[in-house]
Amino acid sequence: MSDLPLSPDDVAEIVALLDGGGYDRLDIRTTRFRLRVNRDGAGWTQDWDLSESDKPAAAVAAPVAVVVPEGLSGIAAPLPGTFYRAPSPGAPPFVEVGDTVGPDTVVGIVETMKLMNPVHAGTSGVIAAILGDNAVMVEKDSILMHVRAQ
Amino acid sequence: MIRRLFIANRGEIALRVIRTAKRLGMTTILGASAADAASLPAREADEVALVGPAPSAQSYLSVEAVIAAAKAAQADAIHPGYGFLSENAAFATAAAEAGIIFVGPDVASLHAMGDKLMARKVGIEAGLPVVPGGEAADKAAALARAQETGFPILLKAVSGGGGKGMKRVDAPEQLDTMIDMAMAEAQASFGDPRIYVERFIASGRHVEVQVLGDGETAIHLGTRDCSIQRRFQKLVEEAPAPALPDAARAEIEGAAVRLARHLHYRGAGTVEFLVDAETFDFFFLEMNARIQVEHPVTEAITGVDLIEQQLLVADGARLSLTQAMVQPSGHAIEVRINAEDADADFRPSPGTVTRAAWPAGPGIRVDTHMPSGGQVPPFYDSLIGKIIVSGATRADAVAKLSAALEATRIEGVSTTTPLHRRIATDPRFVKGGVDTRFFEGLA
Repeated sequence: MSDLPLSPDDVAEIVALLDGGGYDRLDIRTTRFRLRVNRDGAGWTQDWDLSESDKPAAAVAAPVAVVVPEGLSGIAAPLPGTFYRAPSPGAPPFVEVGDTVGPDTVVGIVETMKLMNPVHAGTSGVIAAILGDNAVMVEKDSILMHVRAQ
Repeated sequence: MIRRLFIANRGEIALRVIRTAKRLGMTTILGASAADAASLPAREADEVALVGPAPSAQSYLSVEAVIAAAKAAQADAIHPGYGFLSENAAFATAAAEAGIIFVGPDVASLHAMGDKLMARKVGIEAGLPVVPGGEAADKAAALARAQETGFPILLKAVSGGGGKGMKRVDAPEQLDTMIDMAMAEAQASFGDPRIYVERFIASGRHVEVQVLGDGETAIHLGTRDCSIQRRFQKLVEEAPAPALPDAARAEIEGAAVRLARHLHYRGAGTVEFLVDAETFDFFFLEMNARIQVEHPVTEAITGVDLIEQQLLVADGARLSLTQAMVQPSGHAIEVRINAEDADADFRPSPGTVTRAAWPAGPGIRVDTHMPSGGQVPPFYDSLIGKIIVSGATRADAVAKLSAALEATRIEGVSTTTPLHRRIATDPRFVKGGVDTRFFEGLA
């Protein structure tokens, strides 16, 4: 692990230098980082880009099938987050395969940033398949369940 | 002597603590979850120790996991930041048992301020005014309390925080359902269904006082006003509290110091008050026994590095500051940039920040862990950065805030930046001294 290339005080000094010199833009690119300082209207901005090699890794989301087979429709995650099939640990799941659902039926929960977001079926039919396992990380719009219209 | 400091937190506050600790010559070890193992704080720390998988229950909130990681890293001290385990007495005790300094107050102070009812009791003992009200063990008791104080009332969770379990009740006939809801929310959020009743102050301002203590003596570092809130969550904070008569300010600061001395308080803490916006009567609410999100506005007007003070006191030093040495000057305002869509009921907006052009320049400080291309994981709270502006006068600071927000470009996720632009130009905010109903009236 290493220090960030420049401190906030360094950036403040760079801005003061540019401002005094009548420059509008500074763009430094090194193997480790890119820093762009821009005059933006009345103010200045600093935009940090860290090199690919040690860029913060994305939170790993479980791969969930996005292709919905012919004749079925999909229930998609409204937000990225942790998918739960039941309202609380140990409680029975909201729905099982074979259950009949309507557009407003809650079929699961996606927990995003400490908020619980209900997942609605959005359509009428019978649950044909449940693709998302309990307590796995899902991406926005990934298909959690298949529904066969009735 | 603290040589190896373990930071048991994430995000901007982890980066903030790392910077001061490094300046003081300490080796910094970040206790990170798997989701944060390559975050900006992890890059900045000297060492990274994995505390667990992404969900906070198994990482940042796990006393066992964090203590085990700190022990394995041979840390002398743990800085808990804010949130997570920062005010958890069991955590502070476990650290002490492991022979590690907890950078925070004594366990006795954590217990004294651990729940709101206990805080009320200790506040009264210290001679501070409190809002009329008290504990309500059941509905009959709540009704009796409400009749003493008069409606409207506020139901609050004894173990509460962040507005959860808090309900306003305007008339006796609503009490029954509202108590059920408040107790259910309190149980779900804090595992403790107990609630208490307070008289609702219609036009109240949220004013708090930063205190520092070393166990022997205590001083204050002036007021902050955090009245601009949504659902009891702070959005904007400023120091000093504007439009407050000098006499009222001095009384509030004095009360905060009285409480800190009563507790033989060690470290940094914040004493929160509800101030009547018309009469300036003030009531003690609670004390936060940790560093606060909004601490930079106090740093901006006093020049004191509060994290440094926390670390020095934790290391056993007496306060090197006296009350006379603290001479606040100018005015500072902080806005919280959250990854939330303010136009869609503040829906969380995790994902990749494709571009993060933060403001820069004189009088602007940005505390953030978010570079361009950074990730906002869906596991934690939505704060991605704080913009702090300071000026010689409040008008200067307000003008600078507007310009800084106009320049800010955060792309890829929705943020509260557009909301803050509206707040910064709202005539009520520009004038200063708004009450906690400000947000309801925001155009």
